[in-house]
Amino acid sequence: MQKIYAILVDGTVYFSWLFIVSMGLTLTYGVMKILNIAHGSFYALGAYAAASAVGAWFAGNLPAAGSFVLLVLAGIVVGGGAGLIVERGLLRPMYGRDEIVLVLVTYAAFLVIEDLIKLVWGVDPYFAYQPYNLLGRTSIGGIDFAVYDLGLFALAVVIGVATWWALERTRSGKMLRAVIHDREIATAMGIDVARVFTATFVIGATLGALGGAITAPAISVVPGIGVDVIVLAFAVSVIGGLGSVAGAAVGALVVGLARACAVHFLPEVELFVIYGVMAVVLAVRPQGLFGRLAARKI
Amino acid sequence: MRTVPALACVLAALLVAGPLMPSWLVFLLTVAIAKGLVVLGLVVMMRAGLVSFGQGLYYGLGAYAAGLAANRLGVGDAIALVAIGGSVSALLGYLLGFMMARYREIFFAMLSLALSMILYGTLVRSAALGSTDGFNLPPPSFLGFAFDAQDGRILVYALTVVVAIGTAMALHRFVSSPAGVIGQAIQANEIRVEYLGASVAGVLHLTYVVGAAAAGVGGALIAIAAGHIDPDLAYWTTSGEFVFVAVLSGTGHVAAPLLGMAVFEAIRSFAFQYSPYTWQMAVGLSMLAVILFLPAGLWSLFTRRRRPGSAG
Repeated sequence: MQKIYAILVDGTVYFSWLFIVSMGLTLTYGVMKILNIAHGSFYALGAYAAASAVGAWFAGNLPAAGSFVLLVLAGIVVGGGAGLIVERGLLRPMYGRDEIVLVLVTYAAFLVIEDLIKLVWGVDPYFAYQPYNLLGRTSIGGIDFAVYDLGLFALAVVIGVATWWALERTRSGKMLRAVIHDREIATAMGIDVARVFTATFVIGATLGALGGAITAPAISVVPGIGVDVIVLAFAVSVIGGLGSVAGAAVGALVVGLARACAVHFLPEVELFVIYGVMAVVLAVRPQGLFGRLAARKI
Repeated sequence: MRTVPALACVLAALLVAGPLMPSWLVFLLTVAIAKGLVVLGLVVMMRAGLVSFGQGLYYGLGAYAAGLAANRLGVGDAIALVAIGGSVSALLGYLLGFMMARYREIFFAMLSLALSMILYGTLVRSAALGSTDGFNLPPPSFLGFAFDAQDGRILVYALTVVVAIGTAMALHRFVSSPAGVIGQAIQANEIRVEYLGASVAGVLHLTYVVGAAAAGVGGALIAIAAGHIDPDLAYWTTSGEFVFVAVLSGTGHVAAPLLGMAVFEAIRSFAFQYSPYTWQMAVGLSMLAVILFLPAGLWSLFTRRRRPGSAG
């Protein structure tokens, strides 16, 4: 019983992280049909920016509570800026080219940003553990865990609800859904698709960077943290169905729980399990759990 | 010039040049041509519309099969090791092909990525296979003869060149065979191919196995040439590199992937040598430059001035 409870807690924490990181990726794919490999670099950028911002904040002896706001701000500023640069500078001239070419453009962007990070921040690890320790630990039902992780879950819920509300209940959200549904008809109806693309990519990048920023206090920020995130986010989005927000939530939940089970029962298969689930889901439902089937065009 | 005689000339030139080249160049070319072989298989798959983001599965499997055969079964012969790597990958490709032939486009790409990451995850966690460190291979023998390190390197190079050019010739035949031509038609319009009475699943399955076998042979050659293997061979960045070189080279000619990989490896080696901290940036920027200025791939440099229709 204790073990099941522990799995649930671990799974939830992992779910929150996965959900925030994958949301941006699945949104970008849903609207633009681009598998954004650079998403991992936005994650890394967010983590680095947050780590150095928090470091400077505490070095200046400013009120500790402000560091949480700072984390989120750092993620939003860096992610939004980098997203805007990549979309305007790199992707815009390439629209209309093959899907695979666009993937490679983001791959190139990923390689470039990876080294830019090393140039700016060096190769030594950064630590921003203060916000993590500040909240202390608590125990619910005999399981001891960090309050910070609980906060991650709250943030994931907030982001999920906000995205749902923005997509389903606002005018811009409606336009966005129109573009997802049929790009050409949306253009014909007077929607500025180029602007929708820019906005989507910037939001996606911001979510990626935010994921990195809020993870920074829990890990040591080192070069290469973005690489693993990409495939994990892919796995989550694909399991849920690329382009579906509800799918990202379910995918994150499935992967989070599967990994937590593996860690507690059979640690050797931890990595195997995530991609195993992905392969099984793809084999049974190629469009993902929440994806829609596209009509075959003759 | 006709493709097969041209390839034969290239083969002869590369073989003669082997002993004359400095050893760093021999190694660079061996690695480039072995990996180019993987890309060659991928290009054949891409002509049929199958873009695999997981060729690392067969590349890594071929390397590990060769490595295990050398270490555990005591197979010392380089040619036998290459055959083992190729057949093991082809066998797995044949089995998975039943499933993979049902998928297209992004789903095919993602599923192949998932499968390659399963192999990666398994290799990383298996202590018996050296986990993330991998393991070393003993120096190979050739047809029962052992050679010193210098001659061995040249022989591995020669073997790689012969196998790669031979495969290129075979695949040149394959793409103009009925299966190859139908593959291209599938890429253009699958449903019409079904209406014409050809088996789409059958052709895609065959193409998939061809890609797997080429990747397995490439992996085995890398294992022999480098003398060391680790799970990174199956990681997604390796597979991504193959897709990149395939697009960079263009699908216009069977020699294009070999040339493309040589260019890619050269860029990477020099960038790594001269700016160890920014070599990825150099690679990324050259990628962007090629995508921007040579939309049809590197090979278009050679075909540009000719009349359309005589290319390739």
